[in-house]
Amino acid sequence: MLRLEKLVKTYKTGDQALKAVELNVPEGQVLALIGPSGAGKSTLIRCINRLVEPTSGRIYLGDVELTGLSQGNLRRERRRMGMIFQEYALVERLSVMENVLSGRLGYVGFWRSFLRRFPQKDVDEAFRLLDRVGLAHMADKRADELSGGQRQRVGICRALIQNPALLLVDEPTASLDPKTSRQIMRLICELCKERGLAAIINIHDVALAQMFVQRVIGLRFGAVEFDGPPDGLTPDVLTTIYGEEDWEATIAPVDEDEVEAAE
Amino acid sequence: MPVEEIKGQKIWQRRSGRESLAHWVMWLIGVAVFAYCWQQISASTTWFFVWDAPRIADDIWTRATPPRWEYITQLGKPIWDTLNIATLGTIFSLILAVPVAFLAAHNTTPSRFFIRPIALLIIVSTRSINSLIWALLLIAIIGPGVFAGVIAIAIRSIGFCAKLLYEAIEEIDQTQVEAITATGASRWQVMAYGIVPQILPAFAGIAVFRWDINIRESTVLGLVGAGGIGLQLSSSLNVLAWPQVSLILLVILAAVVISEWVSAKVRGAII
Repeated sequence: MLRLEKLVKTYKTGDQALKAVELNVPEGQVLALIGPSGAGKSTLIRCINRLVEPTSGRIYLGDVELTGLSQGNLRRERRRMGMIFQEYALVERLSVMENVLSGRLGYVGFWRSFLRRFPQKDVDEAFRLLDRVGLAHMADKRADELSGGQRQRVGICRALIQNPALLLVDEPTASLDPKTSRQIMRLICELCKERGLAAIINIHDVALAQMFVQRVIGLRFGAVEFDGPPDGLTPDVLTTIYGEEDWEATIAPVDEDEVEAAE
Repeated sequence: MPVEEIKGQKIWQRRSGRESLAHWVMWLIGVAVFAYCWQQISASTTWFFVWDAPRIADDIWTRATPPRWEYITQLGKPIWDTLNIATLGTIFSLILAVPVAFLAAHNTTPSRFFIRPIALLIIVSTRSINSLIWALLLIAIIGPGVFAGVIAIAIRSIGFCAKLLYEAIEEIDQTQVEAITATGASRWQVMAYGIVPQILPAFAGIAVFRWDINIRESTVLGLVGAGGIGLQLSSSLNVLAWPQVSLILLVILAAVVISEWVSAKVRGAII
């Protein structure tokens, strides 16, 4: 459903963040993108919805080629891609409800959105989503009054109310404690399953990724080094992605148990 | 580096010999210029007036006290005019400053090489000319009166407000803008949802701060005929009515104190 062909991004400073990345994401697949800092994970995600303009290569979402679109058409296609951010990126001084409804901006005209007169079905959907993530009672609070986990849930609602076909998720758990991280990852994956959404999740926590996703892509210096199922992540593979280190403690111990049980 | 080695010991000095000599010469030239200027000023000063100053000041003080309290009945209207000049001038300047600020800020300007320099020129040029001079110009163009004062204050304040506002725009959190852009929002929607909420507190702070300054500035506009309490001040000065002058100064002081208090309250409420 999402297809990247020879995607290259070279920054003005001359840094080549992505080197001819090829990637094919089928409908409804949740994949994790791992790799060291500076490997180009964030750039890759931002190239897909063109917050960062790719230097060359093509990106297809369904049948539409995103790379050649005019600003107006790009805006229309962006509605099909929900984005979730590391530091939540909520508009701090707006209420939770306004933040969720801002996911509908691509569908609503300027004056309606400026006067906060969103269609009733959008408001209904916002309440339904807030209820789904357990924040219905917070609708009227200002975003900066919420805790980290709560903010990320609002961020998820904002992405989902766009009614996207694809979620672009940039380090959703990097600012959260371990328990909240798991809850947020579980929530994202559950919601993807419920709605049949594909998702690309940038993540540093390899064990967490293994726990929840169906496919892992390892990125190093802007090139794909690994593409396979989560239990294919052996210490050798992690060494090629991240460099030399003792990886035994990082990989989910669940795998070892399974291996032993199989034996 | 001024490090010498004498008999195996390293001696460090702040300056080498040549540098300290240059320093002394500089000081010598500085003192000589100062002495020369002092002599010139002294030669062209009528020292009689300077020695006389305390006596004259004392004389004016005795004439100016007590203030002519019954004159206050004639000051109500002028001080009201002054407040109006300041308030209306501030409102007009804010209306004009907002678009200028958006055009001048690095992250919102439509063109960095063409429109941004124009916006910066507007900011610099309106800021660099004093409101008294704007008032003189405007009185020549639209005639004396309160309206000239309002426009003078408005023009003078554009640069100030726009400069502070565009600095606030440049300091916003860009990821919030990114998030709104990623939803497929249009350029104007990004502005209304991603940028405006972030700069609103700064905007309110700038507005009351400038209003506070404008009350002080508008009290003198009358001196050149642009309405307000300055008009009364200049006519009282012209006829040497010192008790009236002292009362006017007291009224201005009261107005400024009250405006300080109001703006401090408002700023406290926002932040």
